[in-house]
Amino acid sequence: MKGKEVMDTQNISLLEGREKQVYEKKAGGAEVDIACDKTSLSGSVSQRACVFCGSRVVLYPVADAIHIVHGPIGCAAYTWDIRGAVSSGPELHRLSFSTDLQEMDVIYGGEKKLYKSLIELIDQYQPNATFIYSTCIIGLIGDDIEAVCNKVAKEKGIPVLPVHSEGFKGTKKDGYKAACHALMKLIGQGSTEGISKYSINILGEFNLAGEAWIIREYYERMGIEVVATMTGDGRIDAIRRSHGASLNVVQCSGWMTTLAKEMEEKYGIPFIRVSYFGFEDMSKSLYDVAQHFPDRPDIMEKAKEIVREEITKYYPEMQKFKAALAGRKAAIYVGGAFKTFSLIKALRTIGMSVVLAGSQTGNKDDYRALKEMCDEGTVIVDDSNPVELSKFILEKEADLLIGGVKERPIAFKLGVGFCDHNHERKIPLAGFIGMYYFAKEVYESVMSPVWQFAPRKGGKR
Amino acid sequence: MTTNASSMTAKTATQNACKLCNPLGACLAFRGIEQCVPFLHGSQGCATYIRRYLISHYKEPIDIASSNFNEETAVFGGSHNLKLGLKNVSQQYKPRVIGIATTCLSETIGDDVPMILKEYEAIMGGAANLPVMIFASTPSYSGTHIDGFHAAVRSAVKTLATGGAKKNLVNLFSGMISPADIRYLKEILTDFGMPFMLLPDYSQMLDGGPWGEYHRIPPGGTPTSTIADSGCASTSIEFGSTLEASKSAAGYLEAQFGVPRHNLPLPIGIKASDRFFGLLEELTGMQMPEKYEDERRRLVDAYSDGHKYVFGRKAILYGEEDLVISMAAFLREIGVVPVLCASGGKSGLMRQRLKELVPDMEETGIEAREGVDFVDIEHEAERLKPDFLIGNSKGFTMSKKHDLPLIRVGFPIHDRFGGQRLHHLGYRGTQELFDRIVNTVIEERQKSSPIGYTYM
Repeated sequence: MKGKEVMDTQNISLLEGREKQVYEKKAGGAEVDIACDKTSLSGSVSQRACVFCGSRVVLYPVADAIHIVHGPIGCAAYTWDIRGAVSSGPELHRLSFSTDLQEMDVIYGGEKKLYKSLIELIDQYQPNATFIYSTCIIGLIGDDIEAVCNKVAKEKGIPVLPVHSEGFKGTKKDGYKAACHALMKLIGQGSTEGISKYSINILGEFNLAGEAWIIREYYERMGIEVVATMTGDGRIDAIRRSHGASLNVVQCSGWMTTLAKEMEEKYGIPFIRVSYFGFEDMSKSLYDVAQHFPDRPDIMEKAKEIVREEITKYYPEMQKFKAALAGRKAAIYVGGAFKTFSLIKALRTIGMSVVLAGSQTGNKDDYRALKEMCDEGTVIVDDSNPVELSKFILEKEADLLIGGVKERPIAFKLGVGFCDHNHERKIPLAGFIGMYYFAKEVYESVMSPVWQFAPRKGGKR
Repeated sequence: MTTNASSMTAKTATQNACKLCNPLGACLAFRGIEQCVPFLHGSQGCATYIRRYLISHYKEPIDIASSNFNEETAVFGGSHNLKLGLKNVSQQYKPRVIGIATTCLSETIGDDVPMILKEYEAIMGGAANLPVMIFASTPSYSGTHIDGFHAAVRSAVKTLATGGAKKNLVNLFSGMISPADIRYLKEILTDFGMPFMLLPDYSQMLDGGPWGEYHRIPPGGTPTSTIADSGCASTSIEFGSTLEASKSAAGYLEAQFGVPRHNLPLPIGIKASDRFFGLLEELTGMQMPEKYEDERRRLVDAYSDGHKYVFGRKAILYGEEDLVISMAAFLREIGVVPVLCASGGKSGLMRQRLKELVPDMEETGIEAREGVDFVDIEHEAERLKPDFLIGNSKGFTMSKKHDLPLIRVGFPIHDRFGGQRLHHLGYRGTQELFDRIVNTVIEERQKSSPIGYTYM
């Protein structure tokens, strides 16, 4: 290997302007004060995407709506069928629609093309609503999206909702916000007749590999009606009547919480925050919902029964995984910070410690909470990049990286196991069964015999 | 409501695009230059989406920097962000080259990137202190990824090539091909004893070994010093039937330094491979090495052994125009009828170039369609009833729905393992393609037979 091309991690320095987004927990160390909520630094290879991406991930699983990307072709092409969000019925979300703007459209404006595209697509697919995502150049070329949406909505009699998701206008979080604004326009439009008093909405669950179905089934077994899931296996009509639910159950540290707050203000629906990852958090999310209905002790009884049954089912296997994995070290770099909390607990269940915990979009509170949870020596990062992630994985001698597609090759190149905890996965990781799959995936990657050939593990010939 | 496309088809919108955007191609090409970091001047999302898309195919780390526009940048111009970005990338990656490509955003606001780069050089005390900056204009609202690819290659040559005394050197601009194909081409040129400059060479970068330690930029790629020599080369070969001299690197070298340009179709099939090897014989004055004669003989023999399985079978071909044209010519060699040759690209040249290679295309019932999407292709499939599809992974939606076997070629291959190691070119690549096509037919026959033959 040529000296020029390799380096030891000591020489990897943080970029100027990035120091405040990295923190290492040390005894007697400084208070955690991570500078987050910033747009990414120019020239750093951020693992984040953009505003459009934020909107697209939130609304993507709504399966009976047309999602049309207004702009040049790239944004639609790269998000075609990108997620593992499954539907029990229509699958319009798995198609990719774009106005595919050309040079002349950029010069003369894209409104006419958008209008015509919408009319034709609605005629062809008969959706229950349409979302129009504005990409970077839409504001710049002066298209009045609202006007087009109003016109088409009037003509076609379905909600036609603009999503202001110009890529550069903020971070991914602003995209979540734009998506939630679109959802707010739907909520309250439907009839709440016949909705049980013992009912909830599941917010911030995207039905990756059928996860929302798993969660929904637990709640239904407890005797609770699920009015709407937002947005996993989502349907326009369910969203429109979701204000009839008695409680919002939110799994998200970002904008879904804000949506819940808005629903609380407007419709008086209280909300609780939960997580469905790991036995501990999953059980708590059932108990917390049951507690909300104290006049029905049977709901709590049922919740306890489910927890008992499910954990008994998976406990023996988990012990096997734990025996093998005890003492191994994990690095976590995921999109939302809430997931990091659950993952730390879930990893502890299988005997693993966390040496790096980071997210693309955490806020100050998240990082403070993260510090409380972490062991000494753990590095906490906001909006990291491949160079930094590699540095910390090597320095901390991680055995596993948890992340998404863009992080995967970093792990594999360095001879480290990997677990995909992102939107492309095809295996459910939520719920009790999801914890089992998670542990199994971690076990299979970390314990694979292939790493014996990795140069770092002494695999030289 | 229905998820199925009804007979009434929306024509204005693009549905399930059979193309990607311009900057993706530029990033891929820049990845094939040694010690180069691709840099997109635009929003963060462009770099991230393109990375994700490329990584899912190549299974290698692909770092692409971004100037990360925000609202002020869009209003006041991207100059500040671009300069800051270049500084940060230089610090973090220590590259020898930065390959800068624009996006729809920076193009729409009208950033003058060459001027910004000049200012940056001046601020930093001259070009000598900086990585080489290669700039390609790649607005996403025109062309497709293949245009971005060629634009980046042409810019690389424009930036680096110098004139001078002629050298015994051949330039090979091999186009957007697999790392395995690149390795094969290098082997061929080496066996012909021909000093060469192949650009872009991402064969190692995008299909390389494990790392003992972290690499800022993975090893591999065409060295800048070699690209510099391309102006003194004795000849240029470029693959790409629809690639015009005005857009190609070879075209630039011919106009600027008088390096003769040989434009060939991608060498797929015996005839097109013969043309390529024939040209190499002509250029070197050397007979094709016995190794390749052997490959050719085995291929001819395989054609005989397998001809009955494939004769008269109908295929739908889709993807980049140049790949489709060459694949179609190959299919005609083995008796398969590519009833539809489709591309999301729109050079305006596809039909004409196809006809040059397949003169009887009309009589045979071969249709060529440019600028189509997968919903268009799917409608044609319902009418044409092909036996199989040949193209990238993105045809799987259609393949599943209509129960049509899909033979995966080109880019992207997101739903199978080893797309970066598929061969398509030369006798070896054709052999691999032929074997896969024959086996697809055999597998279908075996599966659909109730008897369960063990000899097929």
